[in-house]
Amino acid sequence: MHNLTIAEIIAKLRAKEFSSTEITQHFLKRIETLDPQYNSFITVTKEQALAQAKAADKRLVKGNAPALCGVPIAHKDIFCTNGVKTSCGSKMLDNFIPPYDATVVENYAKQHAVILGKTNMDEFAMGSSNETSYYGPVKNPWAVDCVPGGSSGGSAACVAARLAPGATATDTGGSIRQPASLCGLTGIKPTYGRVSRWGMIAFASSLDQGGVLTRTAEDAAIMLNVMASFDDKDSTCVDHELSDYTATLQDSIAGMTIGIPDEYFSEGLDPRTQELVEQAIKQYEKLGAATKRISLPHSHLAVPAYYVIAPAECSANLSRFDGVRYGYRCEDPKDLEDLYTRSRGEAFGDEVKRRILVGAYALSAGYYDAYYSKAQKVRRLIKQDFVNAFNEVDLIIGPTCPSPAFKFGAKGDDPVAMYLEDIYTIATNLAGLPALSIPCGLADGKPVGLQLIGNYFQEGRLLNAAHQFQTETDFHTLSPEGI
Amino acid sequence: MEWETVIGLEVHVQLATKTKIFSAASTAFGAEANTQACAIDLAMPGTLPVANKQAFHYAVMFGLAIDAEIGKRSVFERKNYFYPDLPKGYQTTQLALPIVGPGHIDIELDGGEQKRVRIHHAHLEEDAGKSLHENFQGMSGIDLNRAGTPLIEVVSEPDMRSSEEAVAFARKLHSIVTSIGICDGAMSQGSMRFDVNISVRPKGQEKLGTRTETKNLNSYRFMEACIAQEVARQIDCLEKGEEIRQETRLYDGDTHKAKPMRSKEEANDYRYFPCPDLLPVVIDDDFIAAARAALPELLDARSARFESDYGLSAYDAGILCTDHPTANFFEATAKSCDDAKLSANWLMGDVSAKLNAEEKKLADSPISPEQLGGLIARIKDNTITTKIAKQVFEFMWAGEGDADAIIESKGLKPTGSGDLEKMVDEIIANNAKQVANYQAADESKRPKMLGFFVGQVMKASKGQANPQQLNQLLKAKLDG
Repeated sequence: MHNLTIAEIIAKLRAKEFSSTEITQHFLKRIETLDPQYNSFITVTKEQALAQAKAADKRLVKGNAPALCGVPIAHKDIFCTNGVKTSCGSKMLDNFIPPYDATVVENYAKQHAVILGKTNMDEFAMGSSNETSYYGPVKNPWAVDCVPGGSSGGSAACVAARLAPGATATDTGGSIRQPASLCGLTGIKPTYGRVSRWGMIAFASSLDQGGVLTRTAEDAAIMLNVMASFDDKDSTCVDHELSDYTATLQDSIAGMTIGIPDEYFSEGLDPRTQELVEQAIKQYEKLGAATKRISLPHSHLAVPAYYVIAPAECSANLSRFDGVRYGYRCEDPKDLEDLYTRSRGEAFGDEVKRRILVGAYALSAGYYDAYYSKAQKVRRLIKQDFVNAFNEVDLIIGPTCPSPAFKFGAKGDDPVAMYLEDIYTIATNLAGLPALSIPCGLADGKPVGLQLIGNYFQEGRLLNAAHQFQTETDFHTLSPEGI
Repeated sequence: MEWETVIGLEVHVQLATKTKIFSAASTAFGAEANTQACAIDLAMPGTLPVANKQAFHYAVMFGLAIDAEIGKRSVFERKNYFYPDLPKGYQTTQLALPIVGPGHIDIELDGGEQKRVRIHHAHLEEDAGKSLHENFQGMSGIDLNRAGTPLIEVVSEPDMRSSEEAVAFARKLHSIVTSIGICDGAMSQGSMRFDVNISVRPKGQEKLGTRTETKNLNSYRFMEACIAQEVARQIDCLEKGEEIRQETRLYDGDTHKAKPMRSKEEANDYRYFPCPDLLPVVIDDDFIAAARAALPELLDARSARFESDYGLSAYDAGILCTDHPTANFFEATAKSCDDAKLSANWLMGDVSAKLNAEEKKLADSPISPEQLGGLIARIKDNTITTKIAKQVFEFMWAGEGDADAIIESKGLKPTGSGDLEKMVDEIIANNAKQVANYQAADESKRPKMLGFFVGQVMKASKGQANPQQLNQLLKAKLDG
């Protein structure tokens, strides 16, 4: 049952092959027995899930139920859930129970989807290995001595381990696509503004975007159909026409032009990854797509620009965690200063502190122009690179990550090495473009991801291209040993 | 040495929107602590701001009222600092691109002289909450009802040279924001708060002296006292050969003293940057036109119009245009009696005296403009004398009705000329001795002697005889 895709679960629920309660119980049981190995959940909402499943079963009987009615999924613990702890992977919010739902959570609730629990993540979504979580690292189901990627490592691991058929996630610099790549999943980060950020705890507001992790492009289309909405509670949400992403999955991609950026195949790319990505490009040519070498000349500036802008925004976004109104407060503060310094000092982890400091420094008097302003200028150049490229091509193709999953602690001492994990994913966040990662093979038994980048609001086209690839290949059907 | 004072003001004006600048919580004053703070105001994780359109409408109205450039593209920025009454750890405000650009406010000085104070800019921002330091046993309480209330911060150029000018500016600003209806003007509730930048320099010197900023002034009286103190302190310092420290000072309304809060060196680095949760706000011509249409006639313009349309003196027009309710009362009165000058006199005279005596506002006047006009009309058509009119006015003030009804019911109509002549004849016939004395008396003594006959007729007419008419009649009959 756990190997079924969301599309299959939807069909079988309607064919009454099993009930929502049955499949929910099945996944809950798997989580209970297997998740101790992976640590992919921070909170399992067993009773609530069973109640939701029961309600969904009633709704299914009535007929004409919404697509995801009764389908169990998991939410990244960055999305606020009314009455359920939302920690954002931090000690700071270990005691935080929001009195409201994120719009994304509300959208799935309206469908009567069943929420199995809240998934583990890097603290405040800052990390590429899930090692920064207050709740401990998540293990990669393909190799438990390796990282699952981050920051949506819990969402990726639980789907890869078949503890949930799909999960919500967020992507600020690659936090959906990199774990998708490392865990052999399909993960899409939509256009900035396509998914509401209301109730999604902010890391870097101008870059954060909600998306999904699933096993197939079809499942991603089904889940994104529900997640995407216009929301007047988020001023940066774009009132762009909603599409049915499942409707265009079967379209032929013959005649489509796919751009191959030279900069994504240069120094630093693992040769095994390069080979699998090149094979995937050949597969696209077989599917009738034309390929074209292109250049994104400012690519090398993406990581430095990102590591000014994202920390700058986070330095302000995380100021609200001050021990005054909610969240962690130190014991017996002797005065206000002590309350602030100890509450924040004791509850934030090293990576969060590092980014707050970097961000505060980049914004400080005398450095603003040299860092923040310059980074914003670079951001515009990077965006312009893509605008130029999309005048010539329909999609851009390349690797998602430089190499497959690495071992725990391998990059622990070197933040810059860790930041380079996102070298191919970050530029699209800076530009606000949609992008996805799909599995394109295994290297030494570990998955490798292929990245597709689309023009603004071209999620349908991206998912179509991914689905067409998946109809011709079976990398997405591979599962970790023993699962 | 002679010193010159240089003053610039930063004024926080709370906008009279129903809801907050970035949330739907109410802005009403005086509710129980923290009952008007929603998840956004509390800066709960994942919450996001949505800008209040009405706040922009009001800000643009203000910009138009001070003849300022409107920022067609304004950007909210985050001003970062930690304080418990600032829930997000930053204040959302405007810096590089404010909604209102350079403008000016004209103030009138004591000698009637006009002075133009330039406005550097005015920007939109959110108010903070309040820290409550009493009744919490060694702890502080936080009330976030005020957090997120929309403000415009109006920043003047250092164009004022005395506390009188500063106060005149503050009063004028108060009059503008209340008369265009964007602020309730309730200073005791903090609806307008002043930060005063003060420096002194030797008279004739162009270079500005080192300034201090005194925060937290919420009355004209405090402002006046604070400026006097601070100017004296600075002059004292300089005359002793000391330097002025650039610092922020906090005025204590209880002790009436200002104390240094922080020096320039201790000043926060606010690390401003554009708020990524809010997009730049683009103001188009339609939006500006709508704000312009919503703008009532400004008092200065109205005063000028009163001079030209009604032939009032600049002084009278100025007094009647202290605020719109007074100006409205005047115009309604003048319209109903068609006599602007008399309307102005009655309003600034008897009505104003009554209101002052009873400590009432014009809105509480028991006499409506139409009723006052009705009274003035009877003076104009000589139905009653000014003296009688004052009696009628008293009855009207006491709520006894319109002028005509009172004149009728109280029998205050002056005696008609026919009746008067009859009375005069009667008095002359019944006082033969006095008539003989009068007629025998020297011309110079006659006016005094005439008083007797006037008194008699007045008595007989119960005071209703028109004195002028009576005098003429008596003289004609007696002088022969």
